Amino acid sequence: MIMSLAQAQHFVSAPDWTWYILFYFFLAGLSGGSYVIATLFRLRGDRADEPVSRLGYYVAFVALLPCPLLLTLDLGKPLRFWHMMWNTTPGDAGLSFKYWSPMSVGVWALIIFGAFATVAFLEALVRDGKLRLPVVRLLEGALGTVVAVIGAVLGLFIAGYTGVLLAVSNQPVWSDTWALGGLFLASSLSGSAALLLLLLRYRQAALVSADKLIVSERLYSLLELVLIVLFALTLLQAGTFGIAFGFPWLLLWLVAFAGLAPGIYGLATSWLTVKGEEPAAPAHASSVATEVRTPVMTSVLLPALVLLGVLALRAAVIFSIH
Amino acid sequence: MAAITPGRAYGFFTDTSVCIGCKACEVACKEWNELPGHEPAFGDGYDNTGSLDAQNWRRVQFIDNVPDETMSAGQGKAWLMMSDVCKHCKEASCMEVCPTGAIIRTEFDSVFIQPDVCNGCRNCIAACPYDVITQDEDKGVAQKCTLCYDRLQGDMEPACAKACPTESIQFGPVDELREAARQRVTDLHDQGVTEARLYGEDSDIYGGLNAFFLLMDEPEAYRLPNKENAKLPRRNNLGGYLGTLGTAVLGVLGGLIALRRRREPVAASQAEPEAGE
Ligand code: SF4
Ligand code: SF4
Repeated sequence: MIMSLAQAQHFVSAPDWTWYILFYFFLAGLSGGSYVIATLFRLRGDRADEPVSRLGYYVAFVALLPCPLLLTLDLGKPLRFWHMMWNTTPGDAGLSFKYWSPMSVGVWALIIFGAFATVAFLEALVRDGKLRLPVVRLLEGALGTVVAVIGAVLGLFIAGYTGVLLAVSNQPVWSDTWALGGLFLASSLSGSAALLLLLLRYRQAALVSADKLIVSERLYSLLELVLIVLFALTLLQAGTFGIAFGFPWLLLWLVAFAGLAPGIYGLATSWLTVKGEEPAAPAHASSVATEVRTPVMTSVLLPALVLLGVLALRAAVIFSIH
Repeated sequence: MAAITPGRAYGFFTDTSVCIGCKACEVACKEWNELPGHEPAFGDGYDNTGSLDAQNWRRVQFIDNVPDETMSAGQGKAWLMMSDVCKHCKEASCMEVCPTGAIIRTEFDSVFIQPDVCNGCRNCIAACPYDVITQDEDKGVAQKCTLCYDRLQGDMEPACAKACPTESIQFGPVDELREAARQRVTDLHDQGVTEARLYGEDSDIYGGLNAFFLLMDEPEAYRLPNKENAKLPRRNNLGGYLGTLGTAVLGVLGGLIALRRRREPVAASQAEPEAGE
């Protein structure tokens, strides 16, 4: 598109997608992101990373559960949720699928991803010895790898398409940028890494993977920062920057930036290494204190801040045009 | 007028140069379609309808251009009035995004929301560039002008066109209306009314609007996007998905880097300086 300094014209009214949709975007992002991270750990991590991988698959399933409910409750006619899949037009009834409408694509992606998340959830239960389900054996070899990879691709889609859905409209801000899908995906990934960090305390065996999660979170935060900048630049070009970043939305953006701070700070100070990863080293007096303090700080407060930022970012994007 | 025949494209030519702002169209529309009223919207001008929405399928816009200090009469430019309505776009943004297939093109080439198919997802509201649709609070579905679908089936013209006392709203086959509109704009130009222009009568705007207008000012003045800005929602599919794809690749790469780093704690410390990019 040719650069134009004229402000993009928008005379639309807002669709009143509010709280249900905000939390749907949030949870779907965490579900997709957790599946992706779990798959990365399972396929590219070492043996010791298996517990965190299973944790990721649990999260992917549980975070996805409320999603269909949220979407249904948001409808003006909740009992007609199935019209998304089945076109009931008299004389023209049939499956409803429009590849050019992200909402239509998303519904199907959600259903298929739901199946993958469920399979991964059951598989994790079996591997953890919580469930006996012999068929899961099938997933031990190459088939399991294929399933995990397809599921991860769907997870990436679920985490990102919501941004494209907003963009495929004529709304100010939303339709003025190509960066929203990527932005939501990047923030889903950083949020998922943070959520898994937060949950590590409930799964001792997974603690060994904490450093890798911390480093992933840093890189995802950097990616998210880049996308926020691209998002802002596209809005500046369209002349709608002030709508998305003006008061009071600026406050939400500040929260979103605060959520990036731990990752960016970690990257700036220690790049890809994690401080305090040699607890075995003889400790001098101060580092004992640090060791006691660090866990709560790095394993609870900072991940919670990241998650809050992920939510705030979506809230700023959704609410600023309403 | 000749019988209204299915298979032919029908629409409105709304000539704003003769609109007197009487709102007969709004009233006739509400009566015929049994649309409830709502709280009046009080703004600056004489418009208390506020906007097109689920209950208001015609809305007379009053555009106040009265200068603060008047030296001469308004010459018809001090107040612009325009009876706004769904444009029944040939390439309709609302129809494009609707995931349920509720929005169809009828045998009269109008854009119609089937109330029994719509599930109230409101995607069409996000898409329509003309602020035409909203959701009916009670029925839970999206509503807008139907081009009086039921009246057309009964060989009657839409209620608004029937009621309009100045023929600002003309109903008929789109090809005939276009011809009449071009003639009208030529006549006005000949009379020295050079600001008269047509909006949506050719394919420049959404492939052509079946309900198009003669305007007395820039389209933007009437809250109509100009040619450069009249774009379909799907224009953002490609860029949006490509942006997501690029992010996905970088994200997976970042994840792999985070995992690999731990395998050789010292060796690769300088290896990936461009990590997140
Ligand atoms: S004006 Fe809006 S509601 Fe009417 S057909 Fe065009 S996009 Fe659809
Ligand atoms: S609200 Fe109804 S008509 Fe509008 S996009 Fe959704 S299903 Fe289609």
